[in-house]
Amino acid sequence: MLAVEILGLEKIYKVGFWHEKQKIGLRSLHLEVPQGEVFGFLGPNGAGKTTTLKILMRLIFPTSGIARILGRDWRDPSVRAGIGFLPEQPYFYDHLTPIELLNYYGSLSGLSAADRRSRIPKLLERVGLIDQGKVQLRKFSKGMLQRIGIAQAVLHEPEVVFLDEPMSGLDPVGRRDIRDFISSLKREGKTIFFSTHILSDAEALCDRVAVLNKGELRAVGIVADLVAQNRSRFELVWQGKSAIPEMEALGTACYVAGDVVRAAVASDRLYAFLDVLKKQNAQLISLNPAGGSLEEYFLQRLKAPVVMSTQ
Amino acid sequence: MTNRIRDIAFNTFRETVRDRVLYNLVFFALLLVATAPLLGQISVGVQRVLLVNLSLSAISIFGIVISIFVGISLVSKEIEKRTLYPVLSRPIGRGEFIVGKYFGLVGTLLVNTLAMSTGFYLELLLMARSTPRADANILFGIYFLFLQFMILISLSLLFSSFSSPLLSALFTLSMFVAGTLAGDLRSFASISSGPQKWLATATSYLIPNLSSLNVITRVAHDQLIPPALLGYNTLYALLYSAATVSGAVLIFSRRNLK
Repeated sequence: MLAVEILGLEKIYKVGFWHEKQKIGLRSLHLEVPQGEVFGFLGPNGAGKTTTLKILMRLIFPTSGIARILGRDWRDPSVRAGIGFLPEQPYFYDHLTPIELLNYYGSLSGLSAADRRSRIPKLLERVGLIDQGKVQLRKFSKGMLQRIGIAQAVLHEPEVVFLDEPMSGLDPVGRRDIRDFISSLKREGKTIFFSTHILSDAEALCDRVAVLNKGELRAVGIVADLVAQNRSRFELVWQGKSAIPEMEALGTACYVAGDVVRAAVASDRLYAFLDVLKKQNAQLISLNPAGGSLEEYFLQRLKAPVVMSTQ
Repeated sequence: MTNRIRDIAFNTFRETVRDRVLYNLVFFALLLVATAPLLGQISVGVQRVLLVNLSLSAISIFGIVISIFVGISLVSKEIEKRTLYPVLSRPIGRGEFIVGKYFGLVGTLLVNTLAMSTGFYLELLLMARSTPRADANILFGIYFLFLQFMILISLSLLFSSFSSPLLSALFTLSMFVAGTLAGDLRSFASISSGPQKWLATATSYLIPNLSSLNVITRVAHDQLIPPALLGYNTLYALLYSAATVSGAVLIFSRRNLK
């Protein structure tokens, strides 16, 4: 069963004094996310990531299109018992303590008092806030609020967790902690749908990603495949200067450090370069893909034409 | 459903209490006690009328201010601070959220009114050294004030469900002023004719009839409140509030949260 199925969601805002102009928030988005997957929703600011998440959370209403979460119409309120949500830059009732806040949210999610009593301390321990359980949230730093945000999103043990920019504005330690938490959720079999513009996080965590720009889907696929598609160069390192003239004749620049030579070669001519090394009895030290990071792919896709389907 | 409304109401109550709204009670109680020696300088008959008038007016003003200004912030603050998002992403309806918010502030006003009334009755006791039967009549006046607060909270919620806090405050204050003149408007409608009569009658039914809920002068002069008015006013306040909160639910359920 698909965890999330988006079928042509579209959001057009009417702007201007007389609502005479239209601004596209999201254009006919089609996406499918299977259960158990970590799905990254990438895009620059204003791409439509938060708009999509807000539509899925029923905070705003689409102009057209539908969605299904865990096989059910996303408008059905009972669907929301099976999902968790962390908004972008979360802000919680600052008059409450983490224990009070989680009790409140847990109760709204239908958890019994006994369940709340047993889960809340464990969850606070897991997000590293057990010692701050009785401190009012007004005294919390951004990183601590993000942790309590993650805690409230998973308190009721949802099957699908939506996270809107979970690493945004955090220091490296905070980002690593949230990344570890998302990894642990994946190990538990949860589906995680998270938006981000921090590509290294997406590369480290996601099974698949979608790239969105100006409200339009530009690409979607498995991270490794997408990066491989974009991989156009390899870096060769070998020992022995005798191969340098022939290598340069084939059109690559060689960089020498002592007896070790390094060169970046085009992937379509890789075997020709390897033949030269073999002929010259040069000792190959390493052969690694160069470039082709998710970042390069991402920047390339921002200029790409619109993708209408994710199949 | 009831549990979720209860949870939201309790959280709203807790928020307003921790926001130090109720601290005005202590101030009010102290003020009442402090003014007692001053009132003692006036002749015995006037002294009681003055105390009842002053105290009920103070309860009324405090309650109206809280109803309007806390009322309009109930929803707008949640949207502005985005505290609403984790709430609405759970299996609760927007209607439940609005109704919960309404009962939360009604609860705050109930505690507020009860505490201020306690201070006021202590003062009456200090003055008369006994509780004459007429003092019970004052309870009707306080109860009617509370019904007024219920209506004003529902109006604050209605206006804040679609407009900015500033506009909501203006609209609710306007309705309050118009509502206190509802009796006059109905008298005017009864002596008018044609479209004017139709317009005045329609307006008088649309705005809350707060004039019939203001009996401060009557209870201050020990005029007994007929039990029928008690029933009529209770029913009116409940129906008017229910209709207004339903309107707020209807609008808020269709609102895009920015």
